[in-house]
Amino acid sequence: MQQAAKLMQGNQAIAEGALYAGAGFFAGYPITPSSEIAEECSRRLPLAGGTYMQMEDEIASIGAVIGASLGGTKAFTATSGPGFSLMQENLGLAVMAEVPCVIVNVQRSGPSTGLATKPAQSDVMQIRWGRHGDQSIIALSPASVQECFELMVQAFNFAEKYRVPVILAADEIVAHMRENFLLPEAGEIPLVERKKPLGDPAGYKPFQPDEDGIAPLAAYGSPYVFHVTSSMHGPDGFSNNSPANAAWRVEQLHRKLERYQAEIALTKEFDTSDLDVLLISFGATTRAARAAARLARQEGIKAGVLQLVTLWPFPEREVRALAGRVQRIIVPEMNYSGQVAGEVRRVLGSGADIRQVNKYNGEIITPREILRAIKGDVDK
Amino acid sequence: MTHATGLKYLKQDSLPLMWCSGCGNGIVLGALLRAFEELDCRPEETVVVTGIGCWGKADDYIMTNALHTTHGRALAFATGIKAVNPKLQVVVLMGDGDGVTIGGNHFVHAARRNIDLTAILVNNYNYGMTGGQFSATTPSGSFTGTTYYGNPERELDVCALASAAGANFVARETVYHGHRLQDYIKLALNKRGFSLVEAISPCSTHYGANNKMKVPVEFMRRLKEKGVPQAKYRRLSEAEQEGLFETGIMTDRDAPDFNTRYAEIRTLARGL
Repeated sequence: MQQAAKLMQGNQAIAEGALYAGAGFFAGYPITPSSEIAEECSRRLPLAGGTYMQMEDEIASIGAVIGASLGGTKAFTATSGPGFSLMQENLGLAVMAEVPCVIVNVQRSGPSTGLATKPAQSDVMQIRWGRHGDQSIIALSPASVQECFELMVQAFNFAEKYRVPVILAADEIVAHMRENFLLPEAGEIPLVERKKPLGDPAGYKPFQPDEDGIAPLAAYGSPYVFHVTSSMHGPDGFSNNSPANAAWRVEQLHRKLERYQAEIALTKEFDTSDLDVLLISFGATTRAARAAARLARQEGIKAGVLQLVTLWPFPEREVRALAGRVQRIIVPEMNYSGQVAGEVRRVLGSGADIRQVNKYNGEIITPREILRAIKGDVDK
Repeated sequence: MTHATGLKYLKQDSLPLMWCSGCGNGIVLGALLRAFEELDCRPEETVVVTGIGCWGKADDYIMTNALHTTHGRALAFATGIKAVNPKLQVVVLMGDGDGVTIGGNHFVHAARRNIDLTAILVNNYNYGMTGGQFSATTPSGSFTGTTYYGNPERELDVCALASAAGANFVARETVYHGHRLQDYIKLALNKRGFSLVEAISPCSTHYGANNKMKVPVEFMRRLKEKGVPQAKYRRLSEAEQEGLFETGIMTDRDAPDFNTRYAEIRTLARGL
C-alpha cells in the first residue's frame, strides 16, 4: 500500500532517492542551492549505517566519492556551478576508471559566482564536455519533486549498470520547490547493483568487458585484488601506452553508452497526439512549456511538449521522431546560448524551423513568454 | 631469522623501475614492501593510493590493490576508501609537489580529521617529473628550473604542518638511513589515525644538477650530514641548526581517528 502524499522539497527528495537507491556514502561541500541535500544526508546516513563526510572542497568531495565507490559502497555528492567546475578533473577520473557514482548539480545562475540563489539551465554543455579528453557521460534532468526522487534512483541504477558517473542536472527551481510527493514502497522501483567478478581472483581484469560491453567491478577488500589508474590502462588496470590499447580504451568508454542509447535516452511526451508546434524542454522549464502548450490549444494551436528527461546522451531518435510531424519547434531554456537548441539543430539539420526562448536573468521562463514564441512573435 | 625482502609485493614484470639512477624512490619502495611483509599485510586488504609525480608512479610496482589518482588529490580518494571500509590498510604515496603543494589543503584536512591513513611523502625538493621546478619544500635560495636566480620563497616544514594539523604519528628520515625509514613506516602502518612519514630523497637529475649535487653519491653524502637525529638537533644552537634538518619521530599520540568518532556518531544518532 502506498503511503499518503506529503509535502516535500526537491533537494530533500533527491536525498530520499539516494537512500532508496541504497547509497551509503555522501561527501560534499556546502553550496547554495544544493546544501539541503548535504544537511539531509548528515542526518539520515548515520541512521542507515552510512557515512556523511563534509570535505575541504568539491575536489576532495568527488575524490572521496570515487574512493568510497571503489570500496564497494554506492556513493554520491551534490553541488552547484562553482563546485561542479571544481569537480571536473576528478569526474574525468570516474569516467576513465569506470567508477559508478552520482553527482547532483543543482544549477544556478552564472557565470562565476553569478546569481548564487537564482536558477539557470546553463551547465548543459559543461556537463557533457566540461572535462579534458573526449569522453561520454549520462545526465538526467528532473522537472518535479517526484522526478527528483525517481531520477536519483534512476541515476544510481544507470551508474551501477554501465559503470559510469551520472549527473543529476537539477536546477534551483525544482530543488527548492515543495510539492506533493509519494514515497514508493521498498522494492517498488527495481534497484541495479554493479556486476561483480566471478571465478578465479588471479584472472580478474577490472577493465575487460564481458559480452554485454561492461566489465565487472570488484571492491577493495574483496578477494579480487585490482589496480585502478587515471592513466591510460589495459584490461588488467595497469598503465599501457600503446596506441592500439589507447584507441580501444577510448572507444570502449564511448561505445558502452552508444550501445545502450535506447535504454538510457528517457523522454516524456505531453499533448503530442496531434501536433503543429513542438516544445522541447527539460528540467523546471518543462512546467512552463506544458502550461504554454495548454494555453496554445485554448487558442486553437496544436502544441505539445517533448520533455528530455535524459540530457546526455542526447535523445536524438526521440527528437527526430516528433520533429518530422511538426512545422515548428521551440526550445525554451534558462541560458543565453540555447545549449539544448543547438543540439536540436545538430540533430535535425538547418532545414528545420527551430526557435529559441532564452532567459538568463535568474528568473523563470513563464508560459506567456513561450506562448508568444508559439504564435510566432519572436525574432530568433 | 630471515630478513624480509618484500619481493612478494613487487610486480616484477614491471621492472626495471622507471626512476633515474641515483633516485631515492627505489629505497623507499623497498622499505615499504619489506614493512608490508614484516607486518604480514594481505594484498586484498591493502590499498595503495598514489598521486601524480615520480613517486606517484610507485603503484605500478606494487601487487596490492591500488588507485592512481589525480595530482594532489590522493588523500581525498583514500579518505573515501577508508571511510567505507575501516578494515582496509590504506597507504598514500605522494611527493612534495603532489602532497603538500597542489595537495596542501587535503594534507591539512586529512591530518585534522585524523583519518586512519598512512601517508608516505617522498620529499626531493622539486617537481622531478616535469623537469625540476620548485615546490613548497624547495629550500629558500636554491636553484631549480623556475628559480633561475634562487628561490625567493620559504620552504615548508611538512612534519611540523602535519603535527600542527592533528596527525597521530609524524616521522622524518632520509633514504640514506633506509632501515630506520623502514622502522618508521612500520610504526606508521600500525598506528591508528593519520600518520605521516616524510622521506628526504635525492633528485640528482634535477635538484642535484641545479645545486652542485649532480653526482648521486654527493647528494646522499649531504643527506647523511644534514639529517640530524632529533635529540642531537635540539641541543644545537639556532646558528648551528642552519642548513640542517631534524630526523626522527616528531609526534606520537593516540587521539581518536575519524572512523572511531563516526561510529560513535552512528550510535548516537540511533539512540535519539
